Amino acid sequence: MTGRRGLLLALPAAWLALFCVVPFAIVATISLAESVLAQPPYTPLLDWSGGGLPAWRGGLANYGLLVEDGLYVGALASALAMALAGTAGALLLGYPMAYVIAMARPGGRAVLLMLVILPFWTALLIRVYAWIAILANDGLLNRLLSALGLIEAPLALLYTPFAVWLGIVYGYLPFMVLPLYATLVRLDPDLLEAAADLGCRPLAAFLRVTLPLSMPGVLAGSLLVFIPAAGEFVIPDLLGGPDTLLIANLMWLEFFTNRDWPLASALAVTLLALLVGPILLLQRARGDGA
Amino acid sequence: MRHRRSAWLLSVVVFGYAFLHAPILLLIAYSFNESRLVTVWTGFSTHWYQALFANPQLLAAARLSLAIAAASAGGAVVLGTLGAVVLARLGSFRGRGLFAFANAAPLVMPEIITGLALLLLFVALDRTLGWPDGRGALTIALAHMTVATAYASVIVRSRLTALDPSLEEAALDLGATPLVAFFLVTVPAIWPALAAAWLLAFTLSLDDLVLASFTSGPGASTLPMVIYSSVRLGVSPQINALATILVVAVALVVGLAAWLLRRRMH
Repeated sequence: MTGRRGLLLALPAAWLALFCVVPFAIVATISLAESVLAQPPYTPLLDWSGGGLPAWRGGLANYGLLVEDGLYVGALASALAMALAGTAGALLLGYPMAYVIAMARPGGRAVLLMLVILPFWTALLIRVYAWIAILANDGLLNRLLSALGLIEAPLALLYTPFAVWLGIVYGYLPFMVLPLYATLVRLDPDLLEAAADLGCRPLAAFLRVTLPLSMPGVLAGSLLVFIPAAGEFVIPDLLGGPDTLLIANLMWLEFFTNRDWPLASALAVTLLALLVGPILLLQRARGDGA
Repeated sequence: MRHRRSAWLLSVVVFGYAFLHAPILLLIAYSFNESRLVTVWTGFSTHWYQALFANPQLLAAARLSLAIAAASAGGAVVLGTLGAVVLARLGSFRGRGLFAFANAAPLVMPEIITGLALLLLFVALDRTLGWPDGRGALTIALAHMTVATAYASVIVRSRLTALDPSLEEAALDLGATPLVAFFLVTVPAIWPALAAAWLLAFTLSLDDLVLASFTSGPGASTLPMVIYSSVRLGVSPQINALATILVVAVALVVGLAAWLLRRRMH
């Protein structure tokens, strides 16, 4: 039986090692190389030209550049701040939604839930693209507001930090609602009844019973929004302007435009190092990586 | 639990659903707009859809995307099921924690990091083994498979955990080999989860821009890559029409997957 177990384990383990572990080791290695005009565009870390033992050619120059150049530090800080603000927005909007879904009758619950699951699987590119026509200077929102007589000149909404924040809340709202719902729906209704019987008002019961018991869902949802949002590329690229260059935009620029793969790798390693804490926390919150 | 739902709570939730769906509904509505201007309604027309089907570049990208999605979903279901069986049935083994972590890591990793990491893997493999020999449809499919495997594994595993293991044990006691028991007992019991995992892996691949951009090579442009390059030039009703087709197709596939997952287990 042990032989069979080993056989069953071998294929997925080999796959995970090759596609989920080794690639990150390669990113870390290449972040130590230098960028050159060649194919591929980075220097080998081991120099064999001297004969005998190879010489080590790696260095931390890329990381030095990241620290010295305010552009990268700034983009990293803006990405984390934007992800945090987006998480807060998604929590404020997502909690009431998850609460109402969890309290709904089973039939209505399935419909409400499906209406959150559907955007989860719809291409983010298309969902974000849809906002351009709404937020543009001659877009639907400005037309609506001026038709209502609320504004005289169009508001500059698109290509602003506000648009990026809005896009993150919009794009990642389902990631917040689904784990929150999963926690809220498992809450024992007897607890709230007991609180009411003991003279607790609904608002107090919510603050003292429901909210504390739903904290695992709040944590899982917040991490599920924060982690991908910190590395989000499409939303700032389509809705942001020159003053909302986030870390993923710089990575994209370094990789595709400047072809500086080592610097892009160093940016990836830095972002991953900042996210490894939240990622481990999330894995623990959800239990065994499920 | 009967709650007096306050008007405040209800209005927040109505706003939330409107916020979540209005942009896509507007996009769909304006894909039928006659005018080239995307924000002024001038009349109903389907000519943007006709233009789509006369665009050979788009049709080629659509064919490529569908082929990559079907292949990567197939691979993801096989590997995801193996991973799920390992985690749900093998009990404890050395390295189980690392296995579970690596299995779920692509679920939360920012796409831009996964995309760069996989590209660098393919370049390193090419230099040392001469495989996959350049980048294109195959490398995109492998990248999609990596992420989709993690999703498939979660879906299949939750079904496996809910399945009574005594069924498999009975088959083994009656003399079936583990492989026969798996295909004659387990697979028939979990097939809705396998089908749903395939469908959801398919939509993941069809929707992806970032992984495909990193792992693609010259000449291999998927549908989202074509959409992205034209979106950068501005909003156009033809892109609205293409996006509408994609959104409706994904909604049908996800609806089917949800229906499969809700079916009672026999």
